[in-house]
Amino acid sequence: MSARDNILKRLRERTDGPLTAPQSDFAVVTGRGWSQQERVARFERWITSVHGEVIHTSRDDWTATLAKLLEAKGIRRLALGREHPVAVEARAALAEGEVVLIDADRNIETWRHEQFHDTDAGLTSTHGAIAETGSLWLWPTPDEPRLLSLVPPIHIAVLDADTIEDTFFDVVEAHGWAGGMPTNALLISGPSKTADIEQTLAYGVHGPRELVVLLRHAEDRP
Amino acid sequence: MSASEVQTFTPREFHRQAHDALGNPQIRANFRKAMDGLMAKRRDVFSDWDLETLRELGANIRLRALAKLPDLLERLETNCQANGIQVHWAENGDEACRIIREICQRHGAKAVIKGKSMVSEEMHLNAHLEEAGIEALESDLGEYLVQLNEQTPSHIIMPAIHLNTDEISDIMHAKTGTERTRDVDYMTAAARAQLRERFMAADVGISGVNFAVAETGTLCLVENEGNGRMTTAVPPVHIAVTGIEKVVEHLRDVPPLYALLTRSATGQHVTTYFNMISSPRKLGEHDGPNEVHLVLVDSGRSNIYQDDELLDTLRCIRCGACMNHCPVYTRVGGHTYGTTYPGPIGSILMPHMMGLEATKDLPTASSLCGACGEVCPVKIPIPDLLVRLRREAVGEGRGNVPGAGVKRTKKEVAAWKGFQWLATHPGAWRSSTAIVGKLQALMPSKLGPWTEYRTAPKPAKVSLHALVKQHKAKRHQVEKADGEERS
Repeated sequence: MSARDNILKRLRERTDGPLTAPQSDFAVVTGRGWSQQERVARFERWITSVHGEVIHTSRDDWTATLAKLLEAKGIRRLALGREHPVAVEARAALAEGEVVLIDADRNIETWRHEQFHDTDAGLTSTHGAIAETGSLWLWPTPDEPRLLSLVPPIHIAVLDADTIEDTFFDVVEAHGWAGGMPTNALLISGPSKTADIEQTLAYGVHGPRELVVLLRHAEDRP
Repeated sequence: MSASEVQTFTPREFHRQAHDALGNPQIRANFRKAMDGLMAKRRDVFSDWDLETLRELGANIRLRALAKLPDLLERLETNCQANGIQVHWAENGDEACRIIREICQRHGAKAVIKGKSMVSEEMHLNAHLEEAGIEALESDLGEYLVQLNEQTPSHIIMPAIHLNTDEISDIMHAKTGTERTRDVDYMTAAARAQLRERFMAADVGISGVNFAVAETGTLCLVENEGNGRMTTAVPPVHIAVTGIEKVVEHLRDVPPLYALLTRSATGQHVTTYFNMISSPRKLGEHDGPNEVHLVLVDSGRSNIYQDDELLDTLRCIRCGACMNHCPVYTRVGGHTYGTTYPGPIGSILMPHMMGLEATKDLPTASSLCGACGEVCPVKIPIPDLLVRLRREAVGEGRGNVPGAGVKRTKKEVAAWKGFQWLATHPGAWRSSTAIVGKLQALMPSKLGPWTEYRTAPKPAKVSLHALVKQHKAKRHQVEKADGEERS
């Protein structure tokens, strides 16, 4: 018999007999009932508590905010997709500027060295976010691959305020994640960090040193 | 211990190792400081939660997964395979090592990069791969430092917790040529640069799994550094290795367990990354491994599964809260246990993996204060299980644990049988306690290990039974006299 059959047989022919599975009540991880303002405030409080940076902007004006951010951080080479509206708008706005736009929708084998060594930042869209933990929800695509939010030293994520939901459980349930998972689903809460050297927090150990969230509101904020 | 003196530890030498660790002020200070901080952080991060209800849910989710374990493993396998993930089963660590080595060899791998995986530590995978000429490099910063220092992790979440900044600076200086410094950012940046080159060059990435979701065939990894994401996305092949108990039924079971795990482990409200992998690179995708393998390892787990009481051991989600709160672990440190998993969870798990002959001292490395059971996010009754394993060691258990009865001695069995006879025969009991009282002066003041830290018990001159009898007789006389006066 194979290892598989042996293991399953031992588990099925349990000495103390079959077990009864209890029912689960998930009330404790849902039903927060926060308002839109509360959600934004909680998201911002939590993600900034772990070194994430949040810049409020508007749907109409966000690319100007992006341009200013790139200048302020001295970002000369920005990797981004080509199809997602976020990438399309960013490309249109930055076309005339001095920032080099790097196509992220290429097989990694063809530009690994460039991505690891010669890319200052990666720009990605997000599917949404979680207020309770200050987490971004990303489903990487061929247009915005997995490593775009990981390898460049700065990750700039574009988030719409009205896509922030209360809890992780709410997101999984409301969007029917169990019905079809992508190759890779990610929650990102802040830049890469470690406390492995005597509990001292240090950022940017393997992934980005900085995470900047461009938080887009539907209308201009006062 | 400095970088140059490398020691090996074994559970057989627990007492000697504990003695050495207790005499090492550096080790004691490093652990005390870290554990105090972790306990405070955990308390704070749960302060606005209904923690009891959340723990109840966590325990319930794990129990449900275990109740359906064989079915869920099959479902996990079916769904992983449908997603393109190749599934392998291993009865023990050696078999798992062989499966992993063969996958590496099939790809002509010379170098593998590893994310944190306690199961791979359990099976000594690195040594196995190196014997086959394949270099295995740890990429979690703590694991990397421990590997540079030729040690093993001293904590399941914070592998290098036994080292302080100066020691780490010395290790990095000696092994990688960095400057001697107390600047943690400098050391972190240096390790980042060293490891990034290795990620790019690695032929295979090997990771553990925090939760394997049967419903969707999804592997979940919890981490802060990003090395887990690198390991599972940069090399062309990803091998995930996990114990068979890590499976959960539904995707919705994951958020409560994740909430419990990060808060219990390090007092974080969330980790930087929650990485959910459901397939290898699909047609048209531009990065990620072309092959993903899942290796399911038994290694004694299906044996633990047989017994209703011991089964609770398998609920564990490997947060390490039990060690952070253990007064014994905090004082002796992780290496003293000499096992892959130290602390209370190790003391209830390792006897099943290594047998009680080698680990007989571990279940006694506890004052049974109950802290581990109180903080466990999935409510494992760790103190009860420690007591159960003590029983197994003296051969009074039900015989599921390898090496049961290792501490049983004829002398002790005879002594307890004699005591049982005496305690159930009142006449003999009374006459023998009377004799013991009379011979009080002959009682030795040294009684082996018992009197090393305590004074020897001294039998009373007159037994309690005799005292009560005297007291009753006296009262009877007084009452009789009172009655005569009144009449």
